[in-house]
Amino acid sequence: MTTVTMTVNGKSVTANVDPRTLLAQFVREHLRLTGTHVGCDTSQCGACVVHVDGRAVKSCTTLAVSCDGAAVTTIEGLANGAELHPMQAAFREHHGLQCGFCTPGMIMAAVDIVNRKGHVLDEHTIREELEGNICRCTGYHNIVKAVEAGARAMAPGAAAIAAE
Amino acid sequence: MSNTGIGAPVRRKEDFRFITGQGRYTDDIERPGQTHAYFLRSPHAHATIKKLDVSAALATPGVVGVLTGDDLAKDGVGGLICGWMIHSKDGSPMKAGAHPALAQGKVRYVGDHVAVVIAETLAIAKDAAEKIAVDYETLAPVVDMNAATGKGAAVIHDVAPDNRVYDWHLGDKTATDAAFAKAKHVTKLDLVNNRLVPNPMETRAAIGEYDAGNDAFTLYTTSQNPHVARLVLSAFIGIAPEHKLRVIAPDVGGGFGSKIFIYAEETVCVWAAKKVGRPVKWTSDRTEAFLSDAHGRDHLTHAELALDDKGKMLAMRVHTKANLGAYLSTFSSCVPTYLYAPLLSGQYDIPAIYCEVEGIYTNTAPVDAYRGAGRPEATFVVERLVEVAAREIGQDPAAFRRKNFIRKFPHQTPVIMAYDVGDYAASLDKALDLIDYKGLGRRKRDSARKGKLRGLGFSAYIEACGIAPSAAVGSLGAGVGLWESAEVRGNPVGTVEVLTGSHSHGQGHETTFAQLVSDRLGISIDQVAIVHGDTDKVQFGMGTYGSRSGAVGMSAIAKALDKVIAKGKKVAAYALEASEGDIEFKDGRFSVAGTDKSLAFGEVALQAYIAHKFSGQELEPGLKEGAFYDPTNFTFPSGVHVCEVEIDPETGVTKIDRWVAVDDFGVVINPMIVEGQVHGGIAQGVGQALLEGAHYDASGQLVTASYMDYCMPRADDLPSFRVDHTTTPCPSNPLGIKGCGEAGAIAAPPAVINAITDALGHEDVAMPATPQAVWRAAQKAARLAAAE
Repeated sequence: MTTVTMTVNGKSVTANVDPRTLLAQFVREHLRLTGTHVGCDTSQCGACVVHVDGRAVKSCTTLAVSCDGAAVTTIEGLANGAELHPMQAAFREHHGLQCGFCTPGMIMAAVDIVNRKGHVLDEHTIREELEGNICRCTGYHNIVKAVEAGARAMAPGAAAIAAE
Repeated sequence: MSNTGIGAPVRRKEDFRFITGQGRYTDDIERPGQTHAYFLRSPHAHATIKKLDVSAALATPGVVGVLTGDDLAKDGVGGLICGWMIHSKDGSPMKAGAHPALAQGKVRYVGDHVAVVIAETLAIAKDAAEKIAVDYETLAPVVDMNAATGKGAAVIHDVAPDNRVYDWHLGDKTATDAAFAKAKHVTKLDLVNNRLVPNPMETRAAIGEYDAGNDAFTLYTTSQNPHVARLVLSAFIGIAPEHKLRVIAPDVGGGFGSKIFIYAEETVCVWAAKKVGRPVKWTSDRTEAFLSDAHGRDHLTHAELALDDKGKMLAMRVHTKANLGAYLSTFSSCVPTYLYAPLLSGQYDIPAIYCEVEGIYTNTAPVDAYRGAGRPEATFVVERLVEVAAREIGQDPAAFRRKNFIRKFPHQTPVIMAYDVGDYAASLDKALDLIDYKGLGRRKRDSARKGKLRGLGFSAYIEACGIAPSAAVGSLGAGVGLWESAEVRGNPVGTVEVLTGSHSHGQGHETTFAQLVSDRLGISIDQVAIVHGDTDKVQFGMGTYGSRSGAVGMSAIAKALDKVIAKGKKVAAYALEASEGDIEFKDGRFSVAGTDKSLAFGEVALQAYIAHKFSGQELEPGLKEGAFYDPTNFTFPSGVHVCEVEIDPETGVTKIDRWVAVDDFGVVINPMIVEGQVHGGIAQGVGQALLEGAHYDASGQLVTASYMDYCMPRADDLPSFRVDHTTTPCPSNPLGIKGCGEAGAIAAPPAVINAITDALGHEDVAMPATPQAVWRAAQKAARLAAAE
């Protein structure tokens, strides 16, 4: 067993883990943060995307011990209390989810796209940047719309996306 | 239309938990004392098990149990079943081989279940499984459908010595042959409907739990139809009687058909929970899902269409070989028969149709319903035949379709179905307008100048949904009735719970069903809770598949709501001191006709429960009503999809440049959700046409068993879609709904292939039309053009 310490959603956590424990297992099973999903085990589908030190990472193929000392954000840490993150609000407003299983990874990846590419994203860029995330329900049409709107809403001073 | 009633694009009530990571899927559940199961699977496609020694695995620290097919047999646990009886042409029943949840002496596909190891952690279970010694004697694998029924092929099940499950037919052979004999033109096609893996993003999972104090079981599972799972586990597999078995299907991450069925793993987890005395959890990894989820499609078809001298369709003749895999899955037998051949008339007036289907065993994973189930296969046959026929006789494909459309309703096809209503030309007209059909020639020339090939393909599809009238499916061999149930509970404060037998795994029932209640009772959707997915809460239900939850599930709710309103009128009559006949219900208020006396729904609900005004009368307290709705006909959603592609002949890459969908789903409850269903369906259909294909090698190894080998549609493979609709309300259910869940997956594949073949100068290309396949076809088309 190995001791690992990291900050998850702003809280410091320390645990004794089997060294082969994956980051996805660590947040799901040790911390019971089950919003991070595992869809493929091979870093193809992106349901497991979390942020490690501010960058999108596929937690199903990341060892927990490799994140010792890191700051991890999961989907549970994205909203500011009851106030949704603009990207979360955009996914609801634009019907960017159906079964919801890929959604946490999609939202975390989308926030990372905005962090890297800015607040004005065209359809072509969004579709290329979503290459690492698979959705089987939506055909991506509404996810693309959600990411485009969410990116704009993340800009400083942008109006919040209406709830209805 | 109120802002939350029928027809409003209401944002989904269920979304908050999903976008904040608070969905509760089966694998998110942790039960006290939970153990973890790992299945040892067959590495061989076809082998007998000479010896199975689990002693070393059982002795591994942390292992709590290792169970095999012998243990199942000792406990008298029955095999998995196929619930739809198909009879062959000669009247003989289909040949269903035994399907034990853990192998009993023989394995029949790679991934077949040999033993289960149950341990404190999954890692221990996996490690221990490697210590199980299995002595296999391999047998010749039967992988190719054509070879399976030939002389010398190995026998997969003794009950089917020629590996034929059935040799079935539908239609009038004599009339069809006669029509072909006088035809002016006959179009002939050989078609492959490629094998697919459904791939919901949440893999299957199960937790079995046993309560010794009450001798009762609970199964948490990824099911589209928990009551059917309970029925099969109880009545056929014999785990426990129904009142001692609770099945809970919590949030489910997509199904697409693959979570209808009752599989080995779920069965074993619930049975094993009693054997080891602790909860047993299993979660499929993605490769296990590829190996053991029921696959879809996999047809080889020869089809012919007979035309007269004016291009009028006279008859259709179809012969299909359907791969059913190594065992008959829960509903597999009906998919290539009664969900397929009755749709071969498409949207066309075809006087005679004859279809033969051979169901064939192979040493591959079982094949069963996948989004559309039989109807995409039928639509692919019809719309490829129609497209090629139009090109062969030199008619515009749109005009040729229009000429042959059914125009008078009801219309009895020669293959069972009685279409109730539709306006196929209206959908075609709208689609032609939206795609700018007139500008196609110019766009083709523009592409040609860039060295690209542009093509346009139609798909005028029809499907039979709202599955299904119980008497009709019973007469065709179904072992169950396909009604739906609902219970509406008005609470004393005026809030409402709806308990439904439908199950939502992405469809948004918590919103759309609440919209119906809001519409009928005049209360906010926030006052409504939709309860589903738990056999202890909902009395019974048949579940969600076949685009039935709107047409059948919501019709049951509508019936129950009618009863609630009728009861409310009786209560209001006492409360308002009027006669029941004078009470009217409108916009959420019960009022006395011609007066200003009225009570809101919530006030009447309170009166119903306090019962002060009618105590001692015949009227019972309470405001709870139930209903079962059994449809009187299938519903017939239809529409026209148009795909326009641009192909780079140098690379073979097909880019979908534009997509228009014009669907007639009857009455739409929530257009936002319906459009989302269409988008997703199209994506799966485009996946089949361009990207996806499950491939077994000659030894029966699945060589496409991960997302690195099986090409799933990604965002940059697809365009945005132009989705529109026409409306002819369905006359057979109280809401006028036809169903929308499968349309895109049904319509899309022939639209794509028709577009590609148009671009390639009619050179055929099989699905999936990968860049390599399209490049080869483009090369051949160029050679043929040069030779002319």
